[in-house]
Amino acid sequence: MKSIILKTASNYLLPLLLLFAVFILFRGHYKPGGGFVGGLIASIAFVLHAFANGLQSTRKLLRYPPGAFIPTGLAISLLSGLAPMFAGKPFMSAEWLSIHIPIIGLLGTPLFFDIGVFFVVIGIALTILFTISETIL
Amino acid sequence: MIIAVLSGFFFAIIALLSGKPIRKNMGWIPALLPLTLFIYFFSLLPALASGPLRFKYEWVPSMGVNADMKLDGLSMLFCLLITGIGTGVFLYASYYLKGHQYLNRFFCYLSIFMAAMLGMVLADNLVLLFVFWELTSISSFFLIGFNNEEKISRRNALMALTITGAGGFLLMAGCILIGSASGTYSINSLLASAGNLQQHTLYGWMLLFIFAGAFTKSAQFPFHFWLPGAMVAPTPVSAYLHSATMVKAGIYLLARFTPILGHTAPWNITLMIVGGITMLYSAFHSLQRTDLKEILAYSTIAALGILVFLLGVGTDAALLAAAAFILVHALYKAALFMVAGILDHETGTRHVGLLRGLGKVMWPVATAGLLAALSSAGVPLTYGFIGKDLIYEATLHAPSFAVLLTAVAVLTNIFVLYAGFQAGIRPFAGELPQQYRQLHLPGWRLWIPPLVLALLGVVFGLLPSLTDEALIRQVYTSIGGQGTLPPLKIWHGFNTVLLLSGITLVAGCLLYFLYAPSAAFRPLTDKWQHFSPEAITIKCSRAFLKFSNWYTNLFHSGYLRAYVSIIIIFITCLLGLKLVLDVKVYFDIKTNISGIRLYDAVVFAIILAAIWKSVSTSSRINAVASLSVVGYCICLLFVIYSAPDLAMTQFTIDTLTVVLFVLVLFRLPPFLKINDRKVILRDAVLAALFGAVISIIALEAMNEPTTKEISRFYAENAYVMAKGKNVVNVMLVDFRGFDTLVEITVLTIAALGVYSLMKLRVNSTTKE
Repeated sequence: MKSIILKTASNYLLPLLLLFAVFILFRGHYKPGGGFVGGLIASIAFVLHAFANGLQSTRKLLRYPPGAFIPTGLAISLLSGLAPMFAGKPFMSAEWLSIHIPIIGLLGTPLFFDIGVFFVVIGIALTILFTISETIL
Repeated sequence: MIIAVLSGFFFAIIALLSGKPIRKNMGWIPALLPLTLFIYFFSLLPALASGPLRFKYEWVPSMGVNADMKLDGLSMLFCLLITGIGTGVFLYASYYLKGHQYLNRFFCYLSIFMAAMLGMVLADNLVLLFVFWELTSISSFFLIGFNNEEKISRRNALMALTITGAGGFLLMAGCILIGSASGTYSINSLLASAGNLQQHTLYGWMLLFIFAGAFTKSAQFPFHFWLPGAMVAPTPVSAYLHSATMVKAGIYLLARFTPILGHTAPWNITLMIVGGITMLYSAFHSLQRTDLKEILAYSTIAALGILVFLLGVGTDAALLAAAAFILVHALYKAALFMVAGILDHETGTRHVGLLRGLGKVMWPVATAGLLAALSSAGVPLTYGFIGKDLIYEATLHAPSFAVLLTAVAVLTNIFVLYAGFQAGIRPFAGELPQQYRQLHLPGWRLWIPPLVLALLGVVFGLLPSLTDEALIRQVYTSIGGQGTLPPLKIWHGFNTVLLLSGITLVAGCLLYFLYAPSAAFRPLTDKWQHFSPEAITIKCSRAFLKFSNWYTNLFHSGYLRAYVSIIIIFITCLLGLKLVLDVKVYFDIKTNISGIRLYDAVVFAIILAAIWKSVSTSSRINAVASLSVVGYCICLLFVIYSAPDLAMTQFTIDTLTVVLFVLVLFRLPPFLKINDRKVILRDAVLAALFGAVISIIALEAMNEPTTKEISRFYAENAYVMAKGKNVVNVMLVDFRGFDTLVEITVLTIAALGVYSLMKLRVNSTTKE
């Protein structure tokens, strides 16, 4: 599937889509969105890139194998759940800082939890898609 | 206290990681752990005189499950045995398995086991007790199967795990039953509600479950057969697990529950019968064995039988005898096992017929064997004599069948004496054969532990007051003994008990001199092999394998279409049946269903058209595209009915699914019409039924007056408590965050599954 138009478009679309994914991720706390959808959008961005430029170049772009995103995300989520325990609170109780950052909003453990979900979803979607397409083609 | 229990688990990890130093010459270091613990527990001994020590730790207080610990006499005795004999075994193993490739793993398993045993005997909560109980089963599985390259090792380890695991499963049922009947899981509080429990209508089931756990663990007839099989383990394991500690866990459980469930007719009679059968059966079997460890295994089962039997007799005298006999047996049996291990290690055989005259080349080992054998025989001035005295005392004054019980006890003791002499004396007596002349004494780490244990047996025998007040009486009170009994003494004067001891000694010695152990009787007993519990168990497990094979083949044809139809048929039948039987189906169009608007109708029409296309087309890509149209239309519905989060997710998922489909489509063979008219008709009927059931359920669900409380709670508190305005997301990451954590873990497992499935297939094709 080599098409100049798609190839050129994907080069511009990838950063845009990724930005959009991150935007959706941070937006989730107040408006529709969240880590799960954000992760799916990000993986669609990479899949589009893979369609246009071939799997190898997407893998090169990612640098790490997509499987590596899974443990990273799981660890972030788990740590965000464990963090309150150091302050003597039960596992997974939400802790917020009172700093308000534009776009991102409030900083707190649920945000990091959502970021973890984001990475896990990217890792899973890409692992499944890449593995299947590599085995098939 | 909890640190003392958990230290074994921490140490296990350290041991696992430090393979090289342990294998080289630091093997004695692990022994410091049980030694430290032994000193710690020993220092607590004086404090015990003023009542049991209790340690409170919260675990899951909301469910009444706490990691509370209690150190009373019974726990103390076991703790001292576990850590004391543990020290010996750790030292012994460091020499016995010197240079073994996996010595670090061995110490890892052994310390896990030790920690689990300590936790079990200290636990003051049924759930905690059960958790540690299972840990001992699992760690002993690894220890029995330590020589995992041998088939017999793996088989016997699995057998032991199956039997003790099944018992543990029933024990769990028993714990839950007792916990819910009395309303508490704390063993200490159970003592107070003993009367209520015994009057409970489910008392019989409680007994059954507790007995199942105890009998399987302590190798009582008819579950005894795993213990001789477990002798494939390295000897230190046999000495530790299968004589002194793990097999006594069942005894511990029974003793612990004696004040709670005991002293009723069903309790006493069952224990007496099972214990009695076990002790006679296995003591008789030990005569026919020629392998040192097997002889010891059967005599261990006999000793466990005696303990169960004594708990069954249940009088004060019997409880005291049981308390003392636990210690007596642990001391001499661990020593005998270690002696047998030394012989095996040095000569390479455990056959009693081949081992002669070794006392000349390894006298300290011979001394240990002799002293242990004398204690097991109950020769005067040894601790075994006192133990045996107490047993006869208990049986003679039993409330009923005193003569029969005494006869059984005497007979068993004669056989036990014989077994002890076979293992502790015969290999060292007589002429030294030519091939053993160049043997010499092994390292001190091998012979010091059994010698110390055997010497203790004599010291305690000479000075029974050493153990009496401080330990044995404490055990006696903690298992429910109330009356005051005379102190342990070396000499009771001339009475029936002494006469019985004399008879035992004389008959046992006669047997030892007249009957050489041989397998002569084996053909006779082997005839009954088909009916032995072991054979029945094996047959049952084979039948189970066959059944599961048949069952799996029945449903797993390997065709995706078959799987899908089976699942749908099953769900339709189940839900349909429930709908027809229990639910009064009605729906009120006016109140519940909003009017159909134009865009509803349009979306609906598109969905219908797309579905028709997808089932009627003969091109796969068309079918996939039409399916995705259905998916996007559902997104539209979500948008219309204000569920933007769902719509977004559905939209992205649908996109990815289509991509996935397109990827796979390349590989599939050309589209074939494999279904004839009949099959299509069948599938259509099935699909229609399934759709109908689901629709009815959906409509019905709207009728049910659901409580809005939960959704109101989330809507109201999302911003107040969790500072978020998007309720769906707040629920995902905050209120129900734990669910999400588990869900992403499940997703990870799914991804791993896909990955390994695809990669495995590549490997198999490249092989071809």
